[in-house]
Amino acid sequence: MLDNNQLLRFTTAGSVDDGKSTLIGRLLYDSKSIFEDQLESIKNTSKKKGHDGVDLALFTDGLRDEREQGITIDVAYRYFTTPKRKFIIADTPGHIQYTRNMVTGASTANVATILVDARHGVIEQTKRHAFIASLLQIPHIIVCVNKMDLVDYSEAVYNKIVNEFEEISSKMLVTDVRFIPMSALNGDNVVNKSENMSWFQGAPMLHTLETMHISSDINKVDARFPVQTVLRPQSVEFIDYRGYAGRIASGVFREGDEVTVMPSGFSSKIKSIDTLKASLKEAHAPMSVSITLEDDIDISRGDMIVRSNNKPEAIQDIEVMLCWLNNKPAKPRAKYTIKHTSNDQKAMIKEVVYKFNINTLERVHDNKELGMNDICKVKIRTTKPLMVDSYRENRTTGSVILIDDATNETVAAGMIV
Amino acid sequence: MSKYYLNYLDELESEAIFILREVWAQFENPVILFSGGKDSILVTHLAKKAFYPAKIPFPLMHVDTGHNFPETIQFRDDIIKDLGVELIVGSVQESIDDGRVAEEKGKNATRNALQITTLLDAIEANNVDCAIGGGRRDEEKARAKERFFSHRDDFGQWDPKNQRPELWNIFNGKHFQGEHFRAFPISNWTEMDVWNYIKRENIAIPSLYFAHEREVVKRQGTWIPYSEFLILEDHEEIITKKIRFRTLGDITITGGDESDADSLEKIALEVAGMRNTERGNRSDDKRSESAMEDRKRQGYF
Repeated sequence: MLDNNQLLRFTTAGSVDDGKSTLIGRLLYDSKSIFEDQLESIKNTSKKKGHDGVDLALFTDGLRDEREQGITIDVAYRYFTTPKRKFIIADTPGHIQYTRNMVTGASTANVATILVDARHGVIEQTKRHAFIASLLQIPHIIVCVNKMDLVDYSEAVYNKIVNEFEEISSKMLVTDVRFIPMSALNGDNVVNKSENMSWFQGAPMLHTLETMHISSDINKVDARFPVQTVLRPQSVEFIDYRGYAGRIASGVFREGDEVTVMPSGFSSKIKSIDTLKASLKEAHAPMSVSITLEDDIDISRGDMIVRSNNKPEAIQDIEVMLCWLNNKPAKPRAKYTIKHTSNDQKAMIKEVVYKFNINTLERVHDNKELGMNDICKVKIRTTKPLMVDSYRENRTTGSVILIDDATNETVAAGMIV
Repeated sequence: MSKYYLNYLDELESEAIFILREVWAQFENPVILFSGGKDSILVTHLAKKAFYPAKIPFPLMHVDTGHNFPETIQFRDDIIKDLGVELIVGSVQESIDDGRVAEEKGKNATRNALQITTLLDAIEANNVDCAIGGGRRDEEKARAKERFFSHRDDFGQWDPKNQRPELWNIFNGKHFQGEHFRAFPISNWTEMDVWNYIKRENIAIPSLYFAHEREVVKRQGTWIPYSEFLILEDHEEIITKKIRFRTLGDITITGGDESDADSLEKIALEVAGMRNTERGNRSDDKRSESAMEDRKRQGYF
């Protein structure tokens, strides 16, 4: 059974008041992922703060400043395992000033969980969270309609919220949305099925996370292999070995495949796909392997090996949805280092096409300044071609980051349109 | 028919190999921080996989407190010989002798905090620009906020509130002269994942992890191994117990658990049933609520 257990990454977005920390605490507690010494420490803190019983939200406390202020500032990662799957939670803060942290947490997630307070329904923040999930192309969304205990577990309230959410999600690029009415505080429909909402036919949250189909979340069609480094052993046994090391970004490669190396355009055939354990007849994303070719071609870091009959675009003018991550705003026509897979080039933001008002989701054309947490469509020009796919089709070969050479900081994250 | 998805251990392995290769490609002079504990052994094993059929292209660095389990040092020397890689040792004793640090006093004195200076000195002396560690985010709440590529300023300090965002699988290791990085390839592994993987791959680990008879002293609710470095209180008595260690640190601060688990299968079963966290027996973490965060800010592992 262990052999088929998959890894599922999900992100939680919500503010303190939505009960996000309580939900995570409840998931960990009811799935028996909390150790006794942790529980003991939380019990003591709860008592010190004057709570009755155990405040499950305290499980997600992190850095000293966060404990003092009672908020999540940064992305925190939590782990738990059930007999069916291993889970990684990217716990992100929900306020507008932390949009960049939400984007970070969302970048690798299979599932976005969006919390809605049943008393308040769909609010601006809900829209923002749904927008980020769709922008980052998280394959699945679970809308947790929380605090159902405070609306008498009312089916009518729940249905109203579902309708409200579908009104906004139908305008977005999302494929799989599920709704679960719950009370994280009391444990209804988190791990255990609620006895208070017999009208709800669906499964509790954990069961949903354990069983949803995620094998198709990675693109298995377009074979892309960004070369990280070249392996040239110095030993007598492997004197002529020249292996291209990397992690398959998408698709499947097989021994004997006709491949093309980009950007040079030289073609060859795959001679072997190697790992320490064995050489493989075929390998797929996201496996880390070493590939050797039949012909001696000059290949180095930043090149991409692809199947000859299915190539990405090699372009220098790129349209990107950009999220600005740094407190220093973008400088007009400034140059940055752009990182795309294993390839580094210089790049210039040539034009801001429009900016999103991330509360109303309207496009703003008259204010084009790029400040922290802003999301804009921009045109970028690079010094050399990048081998790209659209982010919609390929999260790995469709994403870039920008680095400010003056500070070396990562200042922006981009999704290729 | 093949299935085109990975199980969780294979995915974690692939992620770690990817990180190790990124480190090699982005830095001039990386090292693996090797303590002789299971996590650094795992990182070394993954590095072997990452660069096969070439050998691991960087040295192992050991910060030697002088308060070692003899078994750990033997294990370290064996693995260096087996891999044919260079070993760099930073010695806390030398830092003390040079007057760089002062030994703590009292019965609970340890050399744990002293390692920070020795580590940073060794990093500087060897021009290391990236130190690869076996830290995991599930270990401790400050570590839960750690990046895969974690920036350190020119004083070796970590600024947890001002970390570079890390998106997708794109890692930014750019740095100025004098700064360095810590890289954590097994960030996403839990203790259970580590044991399941060690069992699956049959990775050699020090005998200390398996149940064995040992002279111990009961202190603060845990079994501290008796050694020449331990200052006994009048009421404390040395007894022989069958124990094993769940983590390995200095011999002065690492508490053992009573156990009969003498094989990897039994250890994995035992860990699965454990109701306390792994670092619960480490007196270095018990000093205050933010003990780990404070040490990490200064440059700790």
